[in-house]
Amino acid sequence: MRGRLRALAGTLASVPITLFGLVLVTFFIGRVMPVDPVLAIVGDRATQDVVEQTRLELGLDRSLPVQFLIYLGKLAHGDLGRSVMTSHTVVADISRFFPATMELATAAILIAVLIGVPLGVLAAVKQGTRIDHTIRVICLAGHSIPIFVLALLTLLVFYATLGIAPGPGRQDVVFEDMVPAVTNLLTVDALIAGDWGAFRDALAHLAQPAGVLAYFSMAYIARMTRAFMLDALSGEFIITARAKGLPAARVIWRHAFGNIAVRLVTVLALTYAGLLEGAVVTETVFSWPGLGQYLTVSLLNADMNAVLGATLVVGVTYLGFNLLADVLYRLLDPRVR
Amino acid sequence: MSAALPGPATLSWRDWLLTDTPASRAQAAWGRRYRLWRDFRANTLATGGLVVAVVLIALTLAAPWLATHDPGVQELANRLQPPSMAHWLGTDELGRDVFSRLLYGGRVTLGMVVAVVLMVAPLGLAIGCVAGYAGGALDRVLMRVTDVFLAFPRLILALAFVAAIKPGVTSAIFAIALTAWPPYARLARAETLTIRGTDFIAATRLTGASATRIVFCHVAPLCLPSLVVRVTLDMSSIILTAASLGFLGMGAQPPSPEWGAMIATARRFILDQWWVPTIPGIAIFVASLSFNLLGDGLRDVLDPKQR
Amino acid sequence: MSPVLVDIANLSIAFPTQQGLSLAVREVSLTLGVEKLGIVGESGSGKSLTARSILRLLPSNALVTADRMEFAGIDVLRAREAELRAIRGRRAGLILQDPKYALNPVMTAGEQISEAWRAHRKGTRRQARAAALDLLAQVQIRDPERVARSYPHELSGGMGQRVMIAMMLAPDPELLIADEPTSALDATVQAEILRLLEALVSRRGMGLILISHDLPLVAHFCDRVVVMYAGRIVEELGAADLSHARHPYTRGLIDCLPTLTHPKSRLPVMVRDPAWLA
Repeated sequence: MRGRLRALAGTLASVPITLFGLVLVTFFIGRVMPVDPVLAIVGDRATQDVVEQTRLELGLDRSLPVQFLIYLGKLAHGDLGRSVMTSHTVVADISRFFPATMELATAAILIAVLIGVPLGVLAAVKQGTRIDHTIRVICLAGHSIPIFVLALLTLLVFYATLGIAPGPGRQDVVFEDMVPAVTNLLTVDALIAGDWGAFRDALAHLAQPAGVLAYFSMAYIARMTRAFMLDALSGEFIITARAKGLPAARVIWRHAFGNIAVRLVTVLALTYAGLLEGAVVTETVFSWPGLGQYLTVSLLNADMNAVLGATLVVGVTYLGFNLLADVLYRLLDPRVR
Repeated sequence: MSAALPGPATLSWRDWLLTDTPASRAQAAWGRRYRLWRDFRANTLATGGLVVAVVLIALTLAAPWLATHDPGVQELANRLQPPSMAHWLGTDELGRDVFSRLLYGGRVTLGMVVAVVLMVAPLGLAIGCVAGYAGGALDRVLMRVTDVFLAFPRLILALAFVAAIKPGVTSAIFAIALTAWPPYARLARAETLTIRGTDFIAATRLTGASATRIVFCHVAPLCLPSLVVRVTLDMSSIILTAASLGFLGMGAQPPSPEWGAMIATARRFILDQWWVPTIPGIAIFVASLSFNLLGDGLRDVLDPKQR
Repeated sequence: MSPVLVDIANLSIAFPTQQGLSLAVREVSLTLGVEKLGIVGESGSGKSLTARSILRLLPSNALVTADRMEFAGIDVLRAREAELRAIRGRRAGLILQDPKYALNPVMTAGEQISEAWRAHRKGTRRQARAAALDLLAQVQIRDPERVARSYPHELSGGMGQRVMIAMMLAPDPELLIADEPTSALDATVQAEILRLLEALVSRRGMGLILISHDLPLVAHFCDRVVVMYAGRIVEELGAADLSHARHPYTRGLIDCLPTLTHPKSRLPVMVRDPAWLA
């Protein structure tokens, strides 16, 4: 147990360094920006005095390392600057948009796990058969289809042609601001308020983007599950389990799957983080007011504070999930000393 | 090449390749390649992927001869036409021929992929091998840097980077390359660490080979198979990232016929003229799938332990 | 005459390869009562496959044919999965070579033993746990409580193999197949484990199939020895009659061993006659 804790401490110690690198990278991306940050704020009809004033306020007359220190100092106070586009602080913007992305990503990972894990197990158990090949193709297709194409096609089929799904957005106008915001996760808020209509509406709006997003992750999860399962099923202890006279289901789930569960949890944590990436594109197509859409709209408006803030938040979230995966692995697997 | 000729007349070239007792190094090497090829051929899906990938590359290379129209010529009277004899895959919102644009767009997309791979694979291999072989402080520093870049989701870092410089193909290539090298470095490092401890490297060191020579002549070549597999599998994700950048308006800019950009400009017609944005989407899907199938098959053959 | 546990006639096991079928076991016939049978042979001689085929625990691509393949009168080749499960563990146990791989790494030793017990005897979790501790004591583990709580990687090789034996004895089977049970262990532990196995088998009146590549060792612990070479049984003899072995391969195996009573300056190297394959 002590060895385990020490290894954990090692992992935790590397976090601040990576975090620092993360901030450094975003800072430098911000500095190579050819768009003059001053002009972006004051507009091109401002007088020379105003321009100069803003320049000083932004600390742009100082050297790069000093600017970086100022940037760090602001960051420490939770100040990511102000978005030109929304004229709110970036932090306020992000805390408004982030829950929508979390809701989307969580729904997607749930779908992906519920379908992907059994598919992966099935493919491994039926290795080399037609079932295995079919699952393989389904998964490879999930890796190959651009998420925005899938999203567009989903809208075309389920919304436009069949009319069984609601259009883009997070909720119907009817339900807008009807449910008090507690968590900003609309489904959860609707449940808290006990408003079934709003809940059903939020869920219906969630279904399409979450499904699209889930397909990609599902493919990845199924693939990893299959690979891990093949590895576990070839183990000698599987022969032992069978020699004990256990039913096939118990051999597969208790013995083989039991051996890969921890590794799978870490894969899930990473997949969850990876969903943030898919969310950018999915949110754009479904007009989902999340962090991804915030990021792309800011990009198109060259709103650099917003872009860097969002990038940093995504990076930190990603890092957090990576860390979580590592910690879970070390704590849950009895084999890791 | 004399060693490559079949020996006695009774031996077919296949027997020559498959013999248990090769007479020369060349024969042994070719025999091994033939066996790998035979294993690969046994995988129908992978062979299909290879064929499609080759056909796609050939089509885009031959675009000037195959295109039925000039990809840039607008014909507003004929906009948003469904596929017909005159326009095999229909026309887009400006009346341009989609088939011809697709061929030329393939050049942009696949060109971007090739450019990224050429930049990233050697760089990642070099960094990984050096870090793995040198160990110590250099290894720690390099791997920390790798971790930082791995800590960003690929597309998002690329987006921020492109936005900072200037949207366009060149910056998209650099942005994707910037985000694509760390996994290669990780892979090459892991391979190097196992190779470093082997006896034959110790033997090479005893003969007085320099560290540089060992890394580039003995370690790096052995990392190649897994690297090739990784590159092939990565191609599809590079295609998708490039297309996503184009779709989000941060990659190739209109009127470039890049597939992602084509979808971006045509997406508002998805409900009425669905084929206009769908056809480039299918192109991306097919290209990406073929590389995925190919990579999957290669992995089974070249790198069985990765399965 | 004790009851016949295993009755095999003309068993062949083949695997499909790129060059066609590869025969791993050729026309092997074998009967076993309540006795201790040793199967000896080198790697790839088919001894493990033969033994595992009794429980039908072969790789899924194996092609098995036999005129007769019975365990206690049950046709193993035609038995349904449920019938096989009633044999596996319950009536015949299998001990594998290396406990490091043969035990499930994420279940404690106690859990694995209780699981075997509960699979065949209806009882509560608590009863299963008590049975597991009792079994651990039977395989001469001094601190059953601690071992039961341990994961396989926390146990030594000898300890692991005792756990394995306890697990296979849990449902009280009639036959134990031990597939090189000591090859992965330290030399000092090997004899201990074998003596333990022998004692348990004798006390419980079970049949034992001991697979090994070590002819004298097998002869020491078994009543009867079968020698396999290239998928065939080349010789079958009583353990006491080792010196009367007629087949040149068996003779070769015996001659390859250094002895203290008749020291030789050079150990002979086995000369293999292709005719043995015929």
